[in-house]
Amino acid sequence: MSAGFYYGTEVFLNGLMTGVLYSLVALGFVLIFKSSGIFNYAQGVMALFAALTLVGLQDGQVPFAHLINSIFGTQVHHFGWHLPALLAILLTAGVMVILAIVVERYILRHLVNQPDIILFMATIGLAYFMEGFGDLMWGSEIKKLDVGIPQGGNLWIEENTAFLGGDDFYGFYLDSLDIVAAVFAGLLVLSLVLFSQYTKTGRALRAVADDHQAALSVGISLRFIWVVVWSIAGFIALVAGIMWGSKSGVQFSLSLIALKALPVLMLGGFTSIPGAIVGGLIIGVGEKMFEFLIGAPFLGGATENWFAYMLALVFLVFRPQGLFGDKIIERV
Amino acid sequence: MKFTKLAAAAVAAVITAAPVMADLVVPSLSYRTGPYAAGGIPFADGYADYLTLINERDGGVGGEKITMPECETGYNTEKGVECYEATKGEGALVYEPLSTGITYQLIPKATADDIPVHTLGYGRTSAKNGDVFSHVFNYPANYWDGASGMINYLLETNNNDINGKTIALVYHNSAFGKEPIRTLEELGKKHGFKLTLLPVDHPGQEQKSQWLQIRREKPDYVLMWGWGVMNQVAVQEAANVRFPMENFIGIWWSGADHDVLPAGAAADGYKAVTFHGVGSDFPVYDDIQKYVVDAGKAAGSGDTVGSVLYNRGLYAAMLAVEAIKDAQAATGKSDITAGDLRDAMEGLEITEARMESLGLGGFGPEFKVTCENHGGDGLVGVAQWDATAKTWSLISDFKPTDGEVIDALIKEDSEAYAKENNIESRCN
Repeated sequence: MSAGFYYGTEVFLNGLMTGVLYSLVALGFVLIFKSSGIFNYAQGVMALFAALTLVGLQDGQVPFAHLINSIFGTQVHHFGWHLPALLAILLTAGVMVILAIVVERYILRHLVNQPDIILFMATIGLAYFMEGFGDLMWGSEIKKLDVGIPQGGNLWIEENTAFLGGDDFYGFYLDSLDIVAAVFAGLLVLSLVLFSQYTKTGRALRAVADDHQAALSVGISLRFIWVVVWSIAGFIALVAGIMWGSKSGVQFSLSLIALKALPVLMLGGFTSIPGAIVGGLIIGVGEKMFEFLIGAPFLGGATENWFAYMLALVFLVFRPQGLFGDKIIERV
Repeated sequence: MKFTKLAAAAVAAVITAAPVMADLVVPSLSYRTGPYAAGGIPFADGYADYLTLINERDGGVGGEKITMPECETGYNTEKGVECYEATKGEGALVYEPLSTGITYQLIPKATADDIPVHTLGYGRTSAKNGDVFSHVFNYPANYWDGASGMINYLLETNNNDINGKTIALVYHNSAFGKEPIRTLEELGKKHGFKLTLLPVDHPGQEQKSQWLQIRREKPDYVLMWGWGVMNQVAVQEAANVRFPMENFIGIWWSGADHDVLPAGAAADGYKAVTFHGVGSDFPVYDDIQKYVVDAGKAAGSGDTVGSVLYNRGLYAAMLAVEAIKDAQAATGKSDITAGDLRDAMEGLEITEARMESLGLGGFGPEFKVTCENHGGDGLVGVAQWDATAKTWSLISDFKPTDGEVIDALIKEDSEAYAKENNIESRCN
């Protein structure tokens, strides 16, 4: 085999890894949409807010320091501690649960039975609020996120695959961070499946997802389920924020990763967890292979953004509900 | 009764504390929110702090205090134009839009309103031709100077021979990112290097394809034209694929502290071209500390003083103040108009002695502006990042760029603009 073939394989593998990162973002959307019919526009900002909170807690940053200093003329910035990564992650997960409670208490509860578009608009408002709140709370500067995940090309894989393609092949490049992300995404999906299949709350969650009215009639608290679902989505946002934030530092453009989830959702379906995973992988591989084979050599490059949406569009023509989405049949 | 007295006292306090309408209005179109805030904040702070210093230390310019209405653009062109429209009526003397997109929109508007626009190291490069762009100034250097400065540095470090070398340009896939392509192509023909173009779509969070290609093709050098998150991701990806950081050179908008800090030690050795000094080892910073930061009048928390983009903001404000001084001297009045300032900007001369007197000796290159040349002399230096000390150091003096190539391109582009807009020559 030529080096070109192996480099193509390398692009394919990296597409899979990138797809996993897309899936992580898409999963949060799917969970909320499935349980409440809300397209949560704020999911990307939740990833940003979670990552900001994680770095802030880990580095002992004083929340609202700029505000406090400008009001009281003080010079407080840090508490002086540096928390272990695991503890900071657990505390951040706790903050995301509190956020879920607040969202349910002050937004969702007041919008029960409102049309979907109203709920969607509410999440747009939530996104802008959280972005500003995060800015006020933790500041706008770019923060280095270090929770101990290795980064860079995995040397072991490179060295042990270099022999495959002769002198022109340098071994497969796989980013250690992407490998860790893939493992975590797998564990996350497995945990979600086990949770929804084998726990009482999980079964209640599935019941709400299937039919709100029926779930209510058997005594399932819709409000409690919403808190659970938004908490899980918050935790997924935290994982996505960690993975993406480790690459670029934690900064406000992190919220734009939501754009990467949209074609995944269109392709995989808004109501399917396996759809989010498979959709992410297809988009990741599709855009990377297209760029490698056609985009860079013939079209001048930078084809990935539009190709992802075009690919999703093509799928929609044949399966409007997405690959795994529920088929919507409405009686006239 | 007590409440009425308190209310009256409060109103009186507000009235007496209200500032006297200042004559020197220098608006700041800043962006402190949104995805690009990390870059916008230190620049805006540096700009504001220098103007505050002039007010606090010198009592303003020529006895006139400066006011700086600040307007948030969010790095959004439409909002930037709104900010211009909202502030120009306050008697604005000069605009520093801090965005190439906003600059393009303001060129015809500001020209019609007779208000000068200064675009420090950004904006429309061919605006250097003052014969066509009467109200736009892009001194001391422009994008094409940046591209040429990069190639000059490579020539210098390769015994003046880069024939056969391969150079990849990783650029933001926008009008800003595409600016250097034509120049680099021309320089490629002249010096014999092969240029590979690697566009990165906005915002630049995902660059795996580009860096896998760099890993496969192993170019000798990588140049970067990025802004925002694209910079941090590119530096990290370069480290990931183990591209030699000393062979990676960014434009000045890819050479801030926050561009390299997230990558930690892996960013050590990364370079960026620049047209101004680095750090805070200049006498003016002692005054900034004394009159602005310690006095509690800093625009920010004071922790960005001396950072790359703070310095750039300060430099832009300093150039505005110097032009105001020249305008006052030329007209013999302290309350100058925007038109007076435009005329003064057209004759601005920054010498080392002048910089020295401002406490900024060696901070920037010497240059002279004329009617035909609104871009100065285009001198460019190179700075390198030390990840251990977390500091930038200048590793090259401010040196001339390739006028032979750049001037021809500027002439071509500006003449096309003049023809399109029926602009007649005015400098002869």
